[in-house]
Amino acid sequence: MKIEILGTGCAKCVALEKVVEQAVAKVGGFHEVVKVDDIMEIMKYNVVSTPGLVIDGKVVSIGKVLSIDEVVKLIEEAKHNA
Amino acid sequence: MWKSFVDHLTVDWLGLTGRVNETVNFFIYDTVKILFLLVVIIFVVSYLRTHFNTEYVRAHLQGKSELYGNVLAALFGIITPFCSCSAIPLFLGFLQARIPLGVTFSYLISAPMNNEIAIAMLFTLFGWKVTAIYIGFGLFVAIVGGFVIGRFNLEKYVLIPVKPIDEKLEAGEVKMSAKARAKEAWEYTADIVKKIWLYVLVGVGVGAFIHGYVPEDFIVKYAGGDNWYGVPLAVILGIPMYSNAAGVMPLVEVLTDKGMLMGTALSFMMAITALSLPEAMILKKILHTKLIAIFFGIVGVGIICIGYLFNYILK
Repeated sequence: MKIEILGTGCAKCVALEKVVEQAVAKVGGFHEVVKVDDIMEIMKYNVVSTPGLVIDGKVVSIGKVLSIDEVVKLIEEAKHNA
Repeated sequence: MWKSFVDHLTVDWLGLTGRVNETVNFFIYDTVKILFLLVVIIFVVSYLRTHFNTEYVRAHLQGKSELYGNVLAALFGIITPFCSCSAIPLFLGFLQARIPLGVTFSYLISAPMNNEIAIAMLFTLFGWKVTAIYIGFGLFVAIVGGFVIGRFNLEKYVLIPVKPIDEKLEAGEVKMSAKARAKEAWEYTADIVKKIWLYVLVGVGVGAFIHGYVPEDFIVKYAGGDNWYGVPLAVILGIPMYSNAAGVMPLVEVLTDKGMLMGTALSFMMAITALSLPEAMILKKILHTKLIAIFFGIVGVGIICIGYLFNYILK
């Protein structure tokens, strides 16, 4: 599963990145975590309020620092739908 | 009720008198009142705001005519949360949706000006009338400022090429249960209060000292309530203070008590929120300095006019 964090380096984006790393460790298995900080790349996802969270190309959260459990839930939902 | 409790506390229990009493009494009364009301107001505002986000605003502004767009953008600035850290994606995202530069600036002026901390502090310290005046004239500056910027054809000063998207954007409602909204609003409130409580304490502390020890006519005499340069000076001083709005506003309350004119105070507070140095530094990555200077210039002049106007009316 490919998980992308969209953010231009604001404090909230860094916070979300850490949460995602912990969530991935909790879920287990192999996941690719990418930090997208190029603004032109971010624009492609139609996200205006950062940080954004993208799982397998689908935007699942915008403008929020989620909790670890929330990210775990999102990853599991995406797994289920895949 | 709270006032009489604090009076009871400082006079009867602590046995304070005179200036010491006045200072301590003011400090306790104001700190608790401000922090309590801040929590309540920020919670209510953030709860309402969970219904909107920037993506929603963008979809709604897409394809609107210019003047109408300016008005709408300024109004949206009140009801959406704004963080200067996301100013860049916001700016480019708006242009990408072919929203005119002037309309984008209307939003960019209004959103930080009508932030929840400023509104909560104003309401707590000055009451609903001053808050309404602040919001009303803030909208006015955002609408006119954005419209004027739009007239200058400054698109060439946007340094990053934006590839426009032509399809109609979906204005997706934010789907959440009331419980989830309350939870999010509460987390947000806690986050803000954690960030600003110390500023509030310091601001009220200095304010309490002035309240107790600085003579009534001090401000009038030295900082010159009526000097012509009072308003522009207040605006210039306000520019570097964005992050400290919560600490500065209690001070402004005391200064107005001591003779600072309300128009000057209003300009000062608007400059603090609308003209932020960190935001300018962030925008410098994508906008030519000239465009940022014009943006600051127009908003600055607008705020100064409001200050003079109020000083004149209320005199």
